[in-house]
Amino acid sequence: MSPARFGHALHAEWVKLRSLQSTWYTLACLFAVGLGVAAMATGRAGDEYRSASAAELLAWDPTARSLTAYLVAQLVIGVLGTLVVTSEYATGLVRTSLVVTPRRHRLLAAKVVVTTAVAVVAGQVLMFATFLLGQALLAAQDVPHAELGGPGVLSAVVGGGLYLAAIALFAIGLGTILRATAGAITTLVGVVFLVPALAGLFPAWFQGLLDFWPTQGAAAVFATVPNPAYPHPWLNLGGMCLGVAAVLGAAFVVFERRDV
Amino acid sequence: MTMIEVRGLTKRYGLDTVVDDLSFTVEAGQVTGFLGPNGAGKSTTMKVILGLAAPTRGAVSVGGRRYRDLPVPLTEVGALLDAGAVHGGRKARDHLLALAVGNGLPRRRVDEVLARTGLEGVAHKRAGAFSLGMRQRLGIAAALLGDPKVLIFDEPVNGLDPEGIRWIRDFMRSLAHEGRAVLVSSHLMSEMAQTADHLVVIGRGKLIADTGMTEFLRGRGEGVVLVRTPEAAAFALRLTAAGAAVREGPDSSLVVSGLASEEIGKLAAYHGTVLGELTPQRPSLEDAFMELTRDSVEYQGVTA
Repeated sequence: MSPARFGHALHAEWVKLRSLQSTWYTLACLFAVGLGVAAMATGRAGDEYRSASAAELLAWDPTARSLTAYLVAQLVIGVLGTLVVTSEYATGLVRTSLVVTPRRHRLLAAKVVVTTAVAVVAGQVLMFATFLLGQALLAAQDVPHAELGGPGVLSAVVGGGLYLAAIALFAIGLGTILRATAGAITTLVGVVFLVPALAGLFPAWFQGLLDFWPTQGAAAVFATVPNPAYPHPWLNLGGMCLGVAAVLGAAFVVFERRDV
Repeated sequence: MTMIEVRGLTKRYGLDTVVDDLSFTVEAGQVTGFLGPNGAGKSTTMKVILGLAAPTRGAVSVGGRRYRDLPVPLTEVGALLDAGAVHGGRKARDHLLALAVGNGLPRRRVDEVLARTGLEGVAHKRAGAFSLGMRQRLGIAAALLGDPKVLIFDEPVNGLDPEGIRWIRDFMRSLAHEGRAVLVSSHLMSEMAQTADHLVVIGRGKLIADTGMTEFLRGRGEGVVLVRTPEAAAFALRLTAAGAAVREGPDSSLVVSGLASEEIGKLAAYHGTVLGELTPQRPSLEDAFMELTRDSVEYQGVTA
């Protein structure tokens, strides 16, 4: 027998992910919710456009409008990432997994890689799909709409897909650290919704962090109309990715050290 | 051949010492019963053997190495810690397939272990629909995937019906017969008596006994004798005079300790006492076990 390698652990994680119905239900839900929100955000835009003020017309961003689905989609893809780890803690399967792959970094890395692959593909497909659906609905109402070749459009769509993949990785990190589905998802909701909602209440030093926060600064990547507050949206997204990397790093450390 | 070696193992959780300087070995070709009351530290010891918990002190090796250094772990050790440790939404076959590919084992091993544990018929059913007995079999199938030399079972018969218990018992015997080392934990002495060749008994994390099954039973052979006679009161006095301890047994019998049945018979003949019954009572294994671990059970009920 040749020694077990990283590739074997990767293969095992792929078999685990694809053999659960919940994976496919979550992905179906991701697309249903994403496309549904995109349709709602653009379906009645005609009336809005015709009654808009001059300032509102200047800020008219058909791309960002069709991508607002990210708001809800980030929760669904977060659930997917969380479950990759917490479902194993809930059932005790994590012990069996570690008996098969006792090198803990290897096991967690395999989970991260497989989930990243799925989340990147799902995120990109979803963002392209919501963009195309939204623009088609806008065009049907005869209001200004965007095309993939337009200035900043491809960057917003691709950046949006990566944003979603990064949230999935953040959720894996939370799941590993908290070891419980409910705790991890509650924390995720707190981070992506509550903190931005309470943004005004935080001290000044924290305001700087909000420039790189999900649903805050990092979401600037979805816009094609320049926002003076975030002149380089990819920097804001990059900052969020660094934060996610830090959480994942902590996850690797505690996963290595803790008894299971 | 020594397959598992536990040397000076201590495991603390905070201030709690769960395993205390424990040393024993598990040899190939026999079933080693790992016995102790609930909370004695059996599961913790097994977790340390499998690298799931880090020892506070001491060392554990499997086949001469630390578990995490085994190149293909499943071919060395198969373990069943908790039959519930299966995702209920996953089909039995997929569960086993994920474990097999994780160690680069050929896919046909999945079908082989399904056949050996009699699960072929339910291979495409979700594990969540399985009865406890079937989950137990699925856990054993997983343990056998790599055709390992060492098998570790934590309380494998807990909650099973008599048929399931017999199946597992016979199965463990056959695994040992094939030359594998089998370590099986239980808090039921009677269960061990029918399965184990060797016993490691622990209480409160400390080693109480490490002995062959036959020696264990012989060593605790001192028993009592049940005596029935119409002249119970008078004979009880004579027995006490001869140095025995006597107490009242069921249905106006006498329970005598400190004298062998032979001597009691002679005493009766000498005094012309009619005996209705003279039966040496073999101490039950449970009694022997209880006696051995009396000081080390975690919580003791108060006898009113």
